[in-house]
Amino acid sequence: MNAAFDLSTVWAFVIAFAVFAYVVMDGFDLGVGLLFPSLRAGEERNVAMNSIAPVWDGNETWLVLGGGGLFAAFPLAYAIILPALYAPIVAMLLGLVFRGVAFEFRWRDPHHRAFWDVAFAGGSLVAALAQGIALGALLQGIAVTGRGYGGGRWDWLTPFSLFTGISLVLGYALLGATWLVMRTEGTTRELGRRMAFRFGIATIVCIAAVSAATPLLDAAFAARWFAWPNVLLTAQVPLLVVLGSVLFLRTLMRGAERAPFLLALGLFGLSYVGLGISIYPDIVPGRVTIWEAASPRSSQIFMLVGAGVLIPVILAYTAYAYWVFRGKVGADGYH
Amino acid sequence: MSLLSEIDVLTLARAQFGFTVAFHIVFPSFSIGLASYLAVLEGLWLATGREVFINLFHYWLKIFAIAFAMGVVSGLVMSYQFGTNWSVYSDRTGPVLGPLIAYEVMSAFFLEAGFLGVMLFGMKKVGRGLHMLATLMVAVGTGFSAFWIVSVNSWMQTPAGYGTNAQGQFVPLDWWAIVFNPSFPYRLVHMVLAAYLTTALVVGGVGAWHLLRDRANAGARTMFSMAMWMLACVAPLQILAGDAHGLNTLAHQPAKVMAMEGHFRGHPDGAPLILFGLPDQDAATVRYALEVPKLSSLILKHSLDAALDGLDSVPRANWPPVPIVFWSFRIMVGLGVAMLGVGLWSLWARWRGRLYETTWLHRVAVTMGPAGFVAVLAGWITTEVGRQPFTVYGLLRTAQSASPLQVPAVASSLLAFVVIYLSVFGMGILYILRLMAHAPHRGEEGPEVGLPIRAAGLTPAPAVDPDRHLQPAE
Repeated sequence: MNAAFDLSTVWAFVIAFAVFAYVVMDGFDLGVGLLFPSLRAGEERNVAMNSIAPVWDGNETWLVLGGGGLFAAFPLAYAIILPALYAPIVAMLLGLVFRGVAFEFRWRDPHHRAFWDVAFAGGSLVAALAQGIALGALLQGIAVTGRGYGGGRWDWLTPFSLFTGISLVLGYALLGATWLVMRTEGTTRELGRRMAFRFGIATIVCIAAVSAATPLLDAAFAARWFAWPNVLLTAQVPLLVVLGSVLFLRTLMRGAERAPFLLALGLFGLSYVGLGISIYPDIVPGRVTIWEAASPRSSQIFMLVGAGVLIPVILAYTAYAYWVFRGKVGADGYH
Repeated sequence: MSLLSEIDVLTLARAQFGFTVAFHIVFPSFSIGLASYLAVLEGLWLATGREVFINLFHYWLKIFAIAFAMGVVSGLVMSYQFGTNWSVYSDRTGPVLGPLIAYEVMSAFFLEAGFLGVMLFGMKKVGRGLHMLATLMVAVGTGFSAFWIVSVNSWMQTPAGYGTNAQGQFVPLDWWAIVFNPSFPYRLVHMVLAAYLTTALVVGGVGAWHLLRDRANAGARTMFSMAMWMLACVAPLQILAGDAHGLNTLAHQPAKVMAMEGHFRGHPDGAPLILFGLPDQDAATVRYALEVPKLSSLILKHSLDAALDGLDSVPRANWPPVPIVFWSFRIMVGLGVAMLGVGLWSLWARWRGRLYETTWLHRVAVTMGPAGFVAVLAGWITTEVGRQPFTVYGLLRTAQSASPLQVPAVASSLLAFVVIYLSVFGMGILYILRLMAHAPHRGEEGPEVGLPIRAAGLTPAPAVDPDRHLQPAE
């Protein structure tokens, strides 16, 4: 219980926060990308794209902070996890290349807009699937030799990781659909509502399935969930998921516009907390704890000073940017 | 697969890193300069109210948006590639370099990304003053980014302020010494000036291209004039900065300078400057060398007879690949001299009052348009290949830095990067060239004429105007 202990815990939470901020914010961006093929070319797609164009770059930056923060605060974990997840990470990066440039390129090149729309949707799909697979592969365990990855190049690919991959795709599609319900009008909003219903059910089923499977992967996971008296606390998570799911479906059916998006984010948040309960205090599950992977104290303090000042500032101007572009993204505005 | 078995993971990982960073470095070296140029244009518009400045602002903003998007996605790749392909390096250097990269993300990337949306889409929403602030924040963000990433790179060249722990990691002892390591100030100035030169050459080339078509085009005249002022001021500064950087390198990484100069053997009484020749690494000699006696000692030691050591004083295992460093250095210096020449020519033409009429100057400026990118790449190759065979100079070998990956994994990722980068960024560069091909004109989409702020306005349907879509409904 010394100061280094506390710093590593603080950094684990900072990085967890960055990754969650990424999942929340880029999740709906990628979700809109996933739904792109269902939107009619022309107005519907343009409106959907414009609803995320001013903010996607900032959203994606949280992924850079997650990676950079891991490199800085837990270099050993960064050095073990990234080679282990080599193929899904490269696929994710290339997917994000297509997704990112499509924002600009589709306006630049009307003759090939259909192609860039496919690139936008395909890039979003690859990135979302790869992120989900990476999560599953991390959960199911990574072989470690010495201070490095000790497995083969296909270790990441299992039925479980494929299932978490598909689950995350469905979940992001849910976020994208509820985002469209909140930010658009007319046919786009109606499509968002239908999709939110469909992907909402699918996401809830997936959350249940992954939750059931996770404690079976590793006895340590099960112990963290079911040991007495922790279970009194951990049991609240599934209960809240049930409550959130019911509320989500009710507000959606009643025609609410904001509540479904916020409740979908709530379901993501609860799943994320559940993930934290399974893993903590490991950073490479079953292999390396946050203290074993931690940078020296002086590295963590040096960064914490910056993070303490800069992250609140970042949140402030990010909120400002969202506020500037608030409200419905109309089909033809107020003109 | 027989070819693949000949190649090891290290070579593939180096090829992949070199390829992806070579693409990446091009975009920020343009967007650092362009962000500042946009801030200047918008500031001049606010100060003078002259329409030509806001037209040029919107003209270059569309180009900036594309270059920036490509910089963002290619940069994201870099931030993960340290871990995927260089995991031993990451484990060892993480405690020292990780925090610097984290500072780059927190102070630069978020600033750029957070205000980019307002800069691109928000002129009608936030008013002129706040929009100017957003443009400034994006420019400041690109500057912060350069500061931190050049600090990281410099530490790998001239490590300082570190110790080592039982796990073999570099650990921080003195953050000031780490951030402001010996080569950092020189490298930062050299890099930022290079970014400004690159932008000045691009803007000048585009201006000259349109002057050759229509000498009276106000936008073309203004951008050409501004770019030539920039070139004339910065090119001499860059030569001075490059010289100082070279002396700093001689003090800290003598083997790199020996490779740049092609000095395989020592010269106890004055070393010649080899202008051209064919370095032969195996034979440790420069064939067909065309040299100026004692000039190298004069440049590097400010004395004709000063002794200079050669690579024969360095263990062969620590030699960088001399031909690459030798040639890339000459390409960079040659282009730098050519830039100075164009800058001086423009001053002469301006003094004669013929800046917009000297068509040969315009033709040369068009030809020199991409020269900044070539010089940046050549300079980067000089310094990074000159650092070999180490990742952390003198301390961690490149061969000991890579991830424990298998050949097929890295070979297929390299192939994917090559195919996708060439096609995607090739298209992006084509779109930028198309935008540059259209002459700046009055009423370049801008708020004062009620037209969309950017690109989307060029597309046929007014319905795709993003600025209108983003108006609140209430």
